[in-house]
Amino acid sequence: MRLYAMAVYLFLYIPIGIILLFSFSAGRSASQFEGFSLQWYGKALSNPFVMDALSTSFTVAVISAGIAGIFGTMAALALQSMRGRMRLFFDALIYIAVMVPGIVIGIATLIALVTVFGWLNPLLAAIWPEGQVPPQMSMGYGSLIAAHTLFSMALVIIIVRARIAGMDRSLTEASSDLYATPFGTFRQITLPMIFPGILAGVLLSFTFSFDDFIIAFFVAGSETTLPIYVFSSIRRGVTPEINAIGSMVLIVSLSLLIVAQLILQRGRTPRS
Amino acid sequence: MRQTKQNPGQLNSMGYAPIPGSIAEFRGATKLFGEVVAADHIDLAIFKGEFLSFLGPSGCGKTTALRMLAGFETPSRGDVLIDGDRVNDMPPHRRPVNMVFQHYALFPHLNVFDNIAYGLRQRRPRPGASEIATKVERTLETVRLPGYGKRRIWEMSGGQQQRVALARALVNEPKLLLLDEPMAALDRKLRREMQIELQTLQRQLGITFVLVTHDQEEALSMSDRICLMRGGRIVQIGSPRSLYDEPASRYVADFVGKSNFFEGRLSGRSAGIGSVETRSGMLLSGRTVGDFAEGQTVAVSIRPEQCLLSQSEPGEAAAGATRIKVRIRNRIFLGEHTEYLVESGGMGEFLVHVSRQADAMSGAFEAGEEAWASWPREAAIVLENDATSEPPKKGNEHVEEK
Repeated sequence: MRLYAMAVYLFLYIPIGIILLFSFSAGRSASQFEGFSLQWYGKALSNPFVMDALSTSFTVAVISAGIAGIFGTMAALALQSMRGRMRLFFDALIYIAVMVPGIVIGIATLIALVTVFGWLNPLLAAIWPEGQVPPQMSMGYGSLIAAHTLFSMALVIIIVRARIAGMDRSLTEASSDLYATPFGTFRQITLPMIFPGILAGVLLSFTFSFDDFIIAFFVAGSETTLPIYVFSSIRRGVTPEINAIGSMVLIVSLSLLIVAQLILQRGRTPRS
Repeated sequence: MRQTKQNPGQLNSMGYAPIPGSIAEFRGATKLFGEVVAADHIDLAIFKGEFLSFLGPSGCGKTTALRMLAGFETPSRGDVLIDGDRVNDMPPHRRPVNMVFQHYALFPHLNVFDNIAYGLRQRRPRPGASEIATKVERTLETVRLPGYGKRRIWEMSGGQQQRVALARALVNEPKLLLLDEPMAALDRKLRREMQIELQTLQRQLGITFVLVTHDQEEALSMSDRICLMRGGRIVQIGSPRSLYDEPASRYVADFVGKSNFFEGRLSGRSAGIGSVETRSGMLLSGRTVGDFAEGQTVAVSIRPEQCLLSQSEPGEAAAGATRIKVRIRNRIFLGEHTEYLVESGGMGEFLVHVSRQADAMSGAFEAGEEAWASWPREAAIVLENDATSEPPKKGNEHVEEK
């Protein structure tokens, strides 16, 4: 059994290890290691297409994580004060949202947005002042951010909900007993207590958005995110440059995941 | 002493005339949670500077009553007054009362100083930093924790946390300090110390304390007045002594202290003395509390420490004294006294407490020995025979919902 377990782990991690290893290769081949070098990292970072894709990915990830953080927290707080069946119903919806395959979210968002744009664009054209070019709504940053936020928000809600549930309700009662207004209680007690959850949720949202390919593929329009760039260039053959990009994405995602985990753990203050 | 259904002063021309000397009042306050009646028409005045305890088993409505004072529950019917104002619709943060929570509810992300300063910092206009610091330090001294301001909450022991919770409430100089089973989480010895400290503090500060507890010993030792509750209603209000010596019913006598009960029919009464015939035909007499009709089923209550045990039949004592031949069933050494479980043919089993001196004088009895139990007539009380226990009502007590 031990051996079997080892085999599973090897199967999982050897490909990732090989990508990391070959990203440091000095040669052109992606299957033969020819001495250590950082040249492919330099090449990748000086490639304008890579930098463009990276900046798109980064912008989308930051904005969608931010929006998901704010609205997810608001939703989590609202759900907390809900009772009975309504709450069960919405809880179920949130868990389903996390489990829905990326491809479904991608297609659904695409169809929804295309339909809405199909309605709105003629409307905009009709009300726009004469002689000026009316704006055309299309897929791009907006749709990427919207689709990613949709998914990330569910993540944030789940994490923040867990945090709120772990909070002693008598703390907010104590705060209002000590003359704090409802908003004062939120600002001074609830928010500091659930903040680690919000932060962890935002970091997870960022990593999700940063390395998502499936949803982005459907809704990116003319924009190219880093995963989309990697996918399109891989069709021209795997180069050590691709390995270097993959390694960098891996390291960014992994470190954010670890930070999020640490925040969640440290946030659990010792209880009496 | 029994609570009447009258609402003094309600709906007079001035609106809400408070009872003179009172700091808070319940006027027919009723609280329903769905179909469950948590508090049932409570009428009570709490007087300035007193130490009042709500006592009762879980589900009796004591916590609900306290939470209505704090503002966490709004009465479904009736009114709650604080300092003469009707406060039914006043949210907790506007009420001049502070609470010490059952598990203290200290803010874990703030240190001791910031926890205590919390209430002061919510005031508008906000007091200056030096004024806050002075008040917090002074209060820390009051609860005997000087210099602990910088500590984190989880670095404090249970007893210290309790003092911080107390300081956090006291620093605001509330008109009413509400204490929700504050000693429940402390061990027995620490609890005893805190009880004495709390009582001293209350006398010293002159703030009105309202305590909720299920621990009758705690209520007896600390309160000026005890309000004994059951099923959302007030059963009896009075001094600890009057509850112990003049219980209004069997329920009170059973809940406050230990007592033996003998059921029987009232066969005759005169001048406050009732004669009761037990089922086995024994005749007992004792003081009557309340109005009874002859023939009614009543309970005769005798405190175990008021029974005497002797080896030989006691001589003719005062009129109406009871003497019964018993057999010792069991002896338990309890430190300050010895508890005997004795049995008599006609009365069943009952408890007798013998002080150490008496035990030493008469010599300890062994199980199986025969002895005489006796008590003076004044020690026996004829009481209304209300059921002593009832199945707890679901969801009645707020604490259990959490």
